[in-house]
Amino acid sequence: MGEKITGAQSLVYAMEAAGVTDVFGIPGGAILPLYDPLMDSQKIRHILVRHEQGAGHAAEGFAAATGRVGVCMATSGPGATNLVTPLADANMDSVPIVAITGQVPSGSIGTDAFQEADIRGITMPITKHSFLVTNADDIPRAIAEAFHLAATGRPGPVLVDVSKDALQAETEFHWPVQMDLPGYHPITKPHAKQVREAAKMIMAAKRPVLYVGGGVIRANASGPLRRLAEMTGIPVVTTLMARGAFPDSHPLHMGMPGMHGTVTAVGALQKSDLLITLGARFDDRVTGKLSTFAPDAQIIHADIDPAEIGKNRQADVPIVGDLAEIIPELILAVEAEQVAGKVGEYEEWWTLLSRMRATYPLGYETYDDGSLSPQYAIQRLGIISGSDTIFAAGVGQHQMWAAQFINYEHPKTWLNSGGLGTMGFAVPAAMGAKVFPTSSSSPRRTAATACAASHPTRSMRRSRRPWA
Amino acid sequence: MSRHTLSVLVEDKPGVLARVAGLFSRRGFNIESLAVGPTELPDVSRMTIVVTVDTLPLEQVTKQLNKLINVIKIVELDPEASVQREIMLVKVRADMETRSRVLEAATLFRAKVVDVAPDAVTIEATGKDDKLMALLKVLEPFGIKELVKSGMVAMGRGPRSISERSVRPSDRSA
Repeated sequence: MGEKITGAQSLVYAMEAAGVTDVFGIPGGAILPLYDPLMDSQKIRHILVRHEQGAGHAAEGFAAATGRVGVCMATSGPGATNLVTPLADANMDSVPIVAITGQVPSGSIGTDAFQEADIRGITMPITKHSFLVTNADDIPRAIAEAFHLAATGRPGPVLVDVSKDALQAETEFHWPVQMDLPGYHPITKPHAKQVREAAKMIMAAKRPVLYVGGGVIRANASGPLRRLAEMTGIPVVTTLMARGAFPDSHPLHMGMPGMHGTVTAVGALQKSDLLITLGARFDDRVTGKLSTFAPDAQIIHADIDPAEIGKNRQADVPIVGDLAEIIPELILAVEAEQVAGKVGEYEEWWTLLSRMRATYPLGYETYDDGSLSPQYAIQRLGIISGSDTIFAAGVGQHQMWAAQFINYEHPKTWLNSGGLGTMGFAVPAAMGAKVFPTSSSSPRRTAATACAASHPTRSMRRSRRPWA
Repeated sequence: MSRHTLSVLVEDKPGVLARVAGLFSRRGFNIESLAVGPTELPDVSRMTIVVTVDTLPLEQVTKQLNKLINVIKIVELDPEASVQREIMLVKVRADMETRSRVLEAATLFRAKVVDVAPDAVTIEATGKDDKLMALLKVLEPFGIKELVKSGMVAMGRGPRSISERSVRPSDRSA
């Protein structure tokens, strides 16, 4: 190109090149130079929110519903620190988002300047990575790397902090850029030997369970998962983060495990002799006391993040890789076993599970005086709005009811804050989910939210500055 | 609990030390010593980190370290198969009467005198932790006025380099 433009214009071009269609944010002093070229952009729509936390959760909702990287923007100092909660939330739930924040001019960094906060430092432990850009020429590469990091490997939040002088400086825009990430090599292809070992264990097991976590949704591996479950006849449990990864109406589905799970799902895990763990992390809400969790089970643990394997529970067969590659390979390995005449015998197992399912169905109290249970209301909401609806929940009792009493048939239709437990997540996340990219061919689906009365607007308010 | 020495190759970028140190503190590990410096490769720094920890949590912290984008490679160095060194500067009280005995002690430990004042000498010593502790024990009776030690640096024995095959330019496109 060679054309002289501002750093801000370069940032907008870079976002356009990275495929951004929608950003959620609030303007402010340090980020202001970015808003001029953003307003001129034909490809990117800016959606103004009332609080930066809402922008972050909206970006999460957008990302979780579309599978694309969500983007939020804020100014320096208090604008940026308001993004801390959604960044931590996205980090816990592996949601791919990029946060772009303005920073005070580079000459003022470190001087306790007006609206200065070291947001790169603040967010180090709660992001996958964070950048500080003070040179306009570095903007395209930082944006390319940020989107690459957010979307690949174990997805997560990435922050790009850009100083005001870098936004205002003259630069040239070049795309594509050469990324420089010598320490970043996510493993996607599973180890063939481990996969074969896993297939052998599956055939030999008497009481296997597919313990499915949110990783299956992030990896777009619901299709292969269904195939694997159906070809083997192994029961499936879906964690809070995995609701929708496997159809609730499917006869192999045992429901949600854990503290608020169904008796059948918990019972299946506890009595199992083999957990086929796919994109789940043995979270304390699922396992309870680790030493008594699934005491008789051997563990196959498949995850894209090697640090998850062996973190809470030792794995007998660890498989590191992308579930979108692991599950198809597992299917092939299982097929090979089946062709060789080895078929898993789970008849006794199913007798026990069916008895549990019949004896302990999900339920709630009903009243004779005409008053309704909240569970009933949520259940009706699910039935009336149908399985194409995206549901978003905050955190707490209503979240558990929404997880239990709504039937999820498709992945990416259930949005909630699982790991961090952020109240006030629902409304902005639903708004983000509703903003489907205009270029997307996916049908525009309804977004419904279930909220506890106390916090529907918790992340939406922001007191106005007295001079604003 | 046992002592482990980690060699960590990192990108020479702002904030890397904070990320690594923050990770250890966040996960509840105490760093015994940490030394950072340049390497034979431009843009790559090397940290030598000594931690006392059980094997299992060490594996977890190593995996977490590997997740840091700026961390290129981690190797645990076996004390038997590596050279480990610390440097120590110690200012010892030494007047006309005791100076010769202080200097003798320094010589025994192959330490060097790097500064002399009328009533003190500054000794520079390098070696493994136990050698430096032994020297200190000998010097203690004279009176130690000031002491500073570097973190440990370490390198595997033999012809191989830990930066081989990991950060050569051909690998640098992500």
